[in-house]
Amino acid sequence: MNVLEILFYALSAFALVSAIMVLISKNPIHSVLWLILVFFAISGHYILLNAQFLAIVNIIVYAGAIMVLFLFVIMLINVKKDSEPQKHLYVKFIGVITGGSFLTLLIALVKQALPLVGKNVLLKEGTIGLIHPLGKALFNDYVVPFEISSVLFLSAMVGAVLIGKK
Amino acid sequence: MPIQYYIFFCLTLFSIGVVGVLTRRNAIIVFMCIELMLNAVNLLLVAFSKMYYGLATQNGVANTVGIDAQIFVFFIMVVAAAEVSIGLAIIVMMYRNTHSIDINFLNRLKN
Repeated sequence: MNVLEILFYALSAFALVSAIMVLISKNPIHSVLWLILVFFAISGHYILLNAQFLAIVNIIVYAGAIMVLFLFVIMLINVKKDSEPQKHLYVKFIGVITGGSFLTLLIALVKQALPLVGKNVLLKEGTIGLIHPLGKALFNDYVVPFEISSVLFLSAMVGAVLIGKK
Repeated sequence: MPIQYYIFFCLTLFSIGVVGVLTRRNAIIVFMCIELMLNAVNLLLVAFSKMYYGLATQNGVANTVGIDAQIFVFFIMVVAAAEVSIGLAIIVMMYRNTHSIDINFLNRLKN
């Protein structure tokens, strides 16, 4: 087992444990902090795949902007911890059973899929995740969606202000 | 690293998000679980892009195979950022009207 596999397993275990802690934390602020750890683990996976641009964007956008927004809203709303509504125990049980059977079904499907046998993911090497090829592709082939996304951001900003203003 | 390992990991992360959406009633936690599912899909897209890039370099084809998936992940992140700002504004508005962020209050939208 080389160092890349050890890193893969360590990052995966870290991400899964943090994701489970997001669910079972009672305090929403703890959930947000665990979710930030999940995002850092996923950024580690991106670095392992040599997708450096996406790793940095993931940290800046998700862990930096979106999670701060979540924390801000939670502190603004100031939910009382004891009065947080809980679902019935059987609804939770059915939810876990549903998710588990969904996971089992898809894993069984993937294990039998012949087109995936023997295909390997290229770790640590490859230049497509670097800024230079991504920037060239973004501003040559994908320049129209890029500009349209700026209009999307403008409309999202106007919509958020309109909804939040009451 | 075989592609199946990445698929298993991303499926598990996605299923944890599904269980969170099904079992929690706090609207903010539900929203965070949706973000978790989006991230699992993003990671799987990048893994597949590196799989096709590896196959193409073995066959000696052009060296930008698989770059579309990474651009696609970038646009998913853009849309997710816009979606979060609108969704949190809706949650704040809902809290101002009902003084609760219980998603079961939303079933009054039916009437």
